Amino acid sequence: MSQTQVPAWVSVALLPAINVFAAFLVSALLFMYIDISPIDAIKVMWTGAFGYAEGIGYTLYYTTGFIFTGLAVAIAFHAGLFNIGGEGQAYIGGLGVGLVCLTLGEFAPWYVVFPVAIIVGGLFGAAWAFIPAYLQAKRGSHIVITTIMFNFIAASLMAYLLVDILKPETTMATESRVFAASSWLPKMHEMLSWVGVSMSASPLNLSFIFALLCCLLLWLFIWHTRWGYEIRSVGSNPSAATYAGISYVKIVIIAMLISGMLAGFFGLNVLQGELHQIKLNFVEGFGFTGIAVALMGRNHPLGVLLASLLFGFLYQGGAELSFEYGVDRNIVVVLQGLVILFSGALEHMFKPSLERTYLKLFAKKPSPSEGVA
Amino acid sequence: MFETIILMLDATIRVATPLIFASLAGMFCERSGIVNIALEGKLLAAAFVGAATAHVTGSAWLGLLAGIGISVLLALLHGFATITHRGDHVVSGMAINILAAGLTVTLGRHWFHQGGQTPALSGDARFAPIQLPGAEAMADVPVIGLLYSELISGHSALVYLLIITVPLAWYVMFKTRFGLRLRAVGESPAAVDTAGISVVRMRYSAVIICGLLVGIGGVYLSVAQTAQFIPNMSAGKGYMALAALIFGKWRPFTALAACLLFGFLDAMAIRLQGVSIGDFAIPVQAIEAIPYVLTVFLLAGFIGKAIAPKAIGVPYTKERE
Repeated sequence: MSQTQVPAWVSVALLPAINVFAAFLVSALLFMYIDISPIDAIKVMWTGAFGYAEGIGYTLYYTTGFIFTGLAVAIAFHAGLFNIGGEGQAYIGGLGVGLVCLTLGEFAPWYVVFPVAIIVGGLFGAAWAFIPAYLQAKRGSHIVITTIMFNFIAASLMAYLLVDILKPETTMATESRVFAASSWLPKMHEMLSWVGVSMSASPLNLSFIFALLCCLLLWLFIWHTRWGYEIRSVGSNPSAATYAGISYVKIVIIAMLISGMLAGFFGLNVLQGELHQIKLNFVEGFGFTGIAVALMGRNHPLGVLLASLLFGFLYQGGAELSFEYGVDRNIVVVLQGLVILFSGALEHMFKPSLERTYLKLFAKKPSPSEGVA
Repeated sequence: MFETIILMLDATIRVATPLIFASLAGMFCERSGIVNIALEGKLLAAAFVGAATAHVTGSAWLGLLAGIGISVLLALLHGFATITHRGDHVVSGMAINILAAGLTVTLGRHWFHQGGQTPALSGDARFAPIQLPGAEAMADVPVIGLLYSELISGHSALVYLLIITVPLAWYVMFKTRFGLRLRAVGESPAAVDTAGISVVRMRYSAVIICGLLVGIGGVYLSVAQTAQFIPNMSAGKGYMALAALIFGKWRPFTALAACLLFGFLDAMAIRLQGVSIGDFAIPVQAIEAIPYVLTVFLLAGFIGKAIAPKAIGVPYTKERE
């Protein structure tokens, strides 16, 4: 085997880029098949997502949701855990946010409700992740299966609550009463108008700032704290970490609690920020998309942020696309599946040939002084 | 009362059939060491392609063939990612589920312009219920008549196919050399490799068998049960089949029992919609959640113990290549 290594940017940046490109290439074929020119489609999506202020607002609104669920998957990944339960944790976390808005929202303004909603939403999400975490750490039941099961249990629980408990007598739809208007999170265009900047109305709200803060805090946590170090150790080699005196049980539970908490924040953006009531299925698969976001973002908060932006673009652009061409919005879901396939499951497919090509093109002949190995 | 029970058991069989096919499919895959959460996507894809083909060709059997075809293709994709490229089994499975969900709706709308549905199937394009001989005549005989005419007779051909499939799956898995090797690959691929058997070939055979079986289940959903494809009609059945497989401890007859139990709970939940005892309305959702709760309990070792194949989810790398 060759001792020469490819530089980090090849595997950290170039390889994912090639994987995503492959996913786009396959989707381009699909677009051509359904009689849409891929070039036109990209143009429509781009102008729809970034071409005007309202579009940008929507893009960033979706981005906010993806940041929360993407970070949730990423932190669990660092501990070597596959948390497929983001969907359920976001759902239950949203319940917490919603309950705070429903009760406290009557008496307190948003700047009081918001911090409480953050705490309660986070706690609810974390609680929903705690049981699978405990069962994985203590009783050896596989986290993937238990979190899948917990997604369904969450769906049943929420359906019950919305149909039988939270639904006001007067409405037919399965949704809670609308939160008191004073508890609604301020929209970004309102906040900008306070300082004299005018921007068209969009659902983008204050929780976007909170999501950015979460990225920063998570980065600090993973790379600059003792727990973060222990989480990464367990993730890269559980038995070595255990020999080094790190408690596997503790780390699994901590990582999953933070994961569930981050997923639980999802409700801030969607419920307190935009819908202003708890609705059936408000998570709409964002929990699953979080997996794609984390995979593409290489589990790094900055990567997650960029990947969330990409998916926000795909969502908003996809909406525009379905408006323009009458195709189904689900075409974005196809793209999402392809991204997961190529940058997740087939991530090693291009690696050997890429490395060979790189070495052939750029590598120096190893000089004798370097040949220590 | 008796009639209610018979009708519920009848519904149980109808609900459980796709679960049973998918569970058996999952068994072959997981016994060979490949995690399969892609059952959901394969069910959905097979349901869609099956219904679309049956509609276009007017033949339910061609629909079945096409449905199996697409499901095997997806299984091969899963194999390509997990066996050949040693990708993560769960990620690959998720990708297939999401792809299937998106593609079926997109292509469905493009082909049929009905919001993702396929046109309703009728005549030869669907698997009609088969009336067993003498069902009409026996219908009026007390007890046995109802049992025979409602519960045993009147299902589609695919349901009767199960009568052979389940024992056959058991026989192949536990009584043949192929089955022995398959189980060995899931427990200790290195040992199998040492014995001169190709791990790669065994695992590919497993995913193909998986695709074949889950394909039948998917086609059953659209071409037999509903006579139409509806977006997202698998609605978590693939995951439930996985739960049943685990609940049945990766064995065919116990998985069958688990599927029937889950099917029965489902039938009960539908039946109990809006029923209340005194003032207390029975929450249907609680009954619907029972299979998932039970599976969590089982996995936690509170009721028996489910021990997965040892090498499950671990890509096999030969020491020297």
